[in-house]
Amino acid sequence: MEKKTPSRRRKPFPTHIIVFLAPATIIYTVFMIYPLLDSLRLSLYAPAASGGEMFVGLQNYITLLTDELWSPRFWGALRHNFVFFAIHILVQNPVGLLLAALLSSRRLRWRATYRTLLFTPTMLSFVIVGFIWQLILSPLWGIAGTILHTVGMGQFFKPWLGLESTALVTLSLISVWQFVGIPMMLFYAALLAIPDELIEAAYVDGATGWTVFWRIKFPLILPTVGIVTILTYVGNFNAFDLIYTTQSALAGPNFSTDILGTFFYRTFFGFQLQLGNPTMGATIAGMMFLIILLGVLLYLFGWQRRIQVYEI
Amino acid sequence: MKTKWFYTHIIQPLAPHLVLLAYTVIAIFPVVLIIMNSLKSRKAIFAHPFQPPLPGTFDLVGYETVAQRSNFQWYFANSLVVTLVAMFLILFTGAMAAYALSEYKFPGNTLMGLYLALGIMIPIRLGTVSILRLVVAMKLINTLTALILVYTAMGLPLAIFVLQQFMRQVPRELKDAARVDGASEYRIFWLVLPLVRPAVATVAVFVMIPIWNDLWFPLILAPGESTKTVTLGAQQFLGQFVSDWNAVLASLTLAMLPILILYVIFSRQLIRGLTAGAVK
Repeated sequence: MEKKTPSRRRKPFPTHIIVFLAPATIIYTVFMIYPLLDSLRLSLYAPAASGGEMFVGLQNYITLLTDELWSPRFWGALRHNFVFFAIHILVQNPVGLLLAALLSSRRLRWRATYRTLLFTPTMLSFVIVGFIWQLILSPLWGIAGTILHTVGMGQFFKPWLGLESTALVTLSLISVWQFVGIPMMLFYAALLAIPDELIEAAYVDGATGWTVFWRIKFPLILPTVGIVTILTYVGNFNAFDLIYTTQSALAGPNFSTDILGTFFYRTFFGFQLQLGNPTMGATIAGMMFLIILLGVLLYLFGWQRRIQVYEI
Repeated sequence: MKTKWFYTHIIQPLAPHLVLLAYTVIAIFPVVLIIMNSLKSRKAIFAHPFQPPLPGTFDLVGYETVAQRSNFQWYFANSLVVTLVAMFLILFTGAMAAYALSEYKFPGNTLMGLYLALGIMIPIRLGTVSILRLVVAMKLINTLTALILVYTAMGLPLAIFVLQQFMRQVPRELKDAARVDGASEYRIFWLVLPLVRPAVATVAVFVMIPIWNDLWFPLILAPGESTKTVTLGAQQFLGQFVSDWNAVLASLTLAMLPILILYVIFSRQLIRGLTAGAVK
């Protein structure tokens, strides 16, 4: 009886597999994969004079990269995206690593409380975070100014969000403030997974906390460093909400905070007097797709394959 | 010798707390400042921003303005419907797909898994131009249904990926025993589902946050007054009332509160999920 059951079961058409897979696959395909592919297709079309759309090949991409109306905006937005990304890599991830290292230190009290509180900003929406910081940095309310004055650095206060030279960096740091919890948690989890015996043995051999961290713990969590980096990279192209909230779709002052997300939105949806241009919008999305793909491939082949993964 | 004692017994145990405490203040202070000042009179907001609301300065005028001038309660209802229905669809259909992928060997299993995981790396926003056209063609523009479907597609890849890992850990003997007893495959799925409940709860929290907090899709697919979500509603309300500080602070507090309350309740679950998922 027991032997027969599996062989008898294998024969009928596996309807149940299809029933299990169908709902998710259909929703996912219709509302995610199809739009993504259709968007790529649209990027090869342009509005025709007779109405409708006509196939133009790669013309939109050429326009985007070289036309004097489009290309400065595009390259500017791309550059801002990379500044945004660089600040996250240079500030968010080291701070996240530091906090994670401290949180995972042995016999730390109030660990759960710290964890919960440190992660709180990550739960809030960009809109709320944007407004909170707009209020705090506002010269009208003067919170930031007062704080700087009390520590004797009052002369450094400026309306950072309103100045072309500082707005992008300020927004990046606001985003770092919000999202530092994610690298912190990922690093923290990786650090917790390191067996205690390994650490104990090193301490017994007379290693200091500093050496243990850089010689033992850090090499072991290198894979997580890679994951955090690629997550930061991809997330960076989603960073529309914060800039839209604080600087509007025009990404002011004078486009100094314009990233690909806001550029994409203005182009395809239109803003104020500017009419929406769906095919050029799709082209920008296509470029973003290529840039993301490039980053992911670099990560998969350049990083993940090269680093030594230690079995623990 | 004495300096060494001082170092190992005072500095070493204290240093992590100093750094963590300092950063906790940086993380929490802005939020506390907003909530605190939302309960004060306009004069006090500007004169003593760092003071908690005291009997003399306590004032709910901001909340009154919000209640009169906006439809925050509707926005809440919209956000709640969108988030809960999308979350249910993600978890239910996602668990089914994850079960099929982890349980059965069929041709194309790996390929299917990869296909469904693609969406983890590609932001769904890149397809917005076509999503908008699709939603218009389906006559779903300015409906919560459009948001629900898009968010379901957005949340599925990660949900399926994570649930799959957990479903693999359910012992095979259990399912085979049920099969011997003549249970159908659907019945076995219902048996497995409660066993991965912790994972389902974690995924629920994960997918909920980006949906509740999203501005992009409500702005593009459902900007109408009757379908506004809290995030979009707050964004627009705040934009109009920039000079009414009481109203701005009150609406910010109202928009944060549900997430903060949920977070306090579920933080352990969420953090456990984050740390467990990362180890894999």
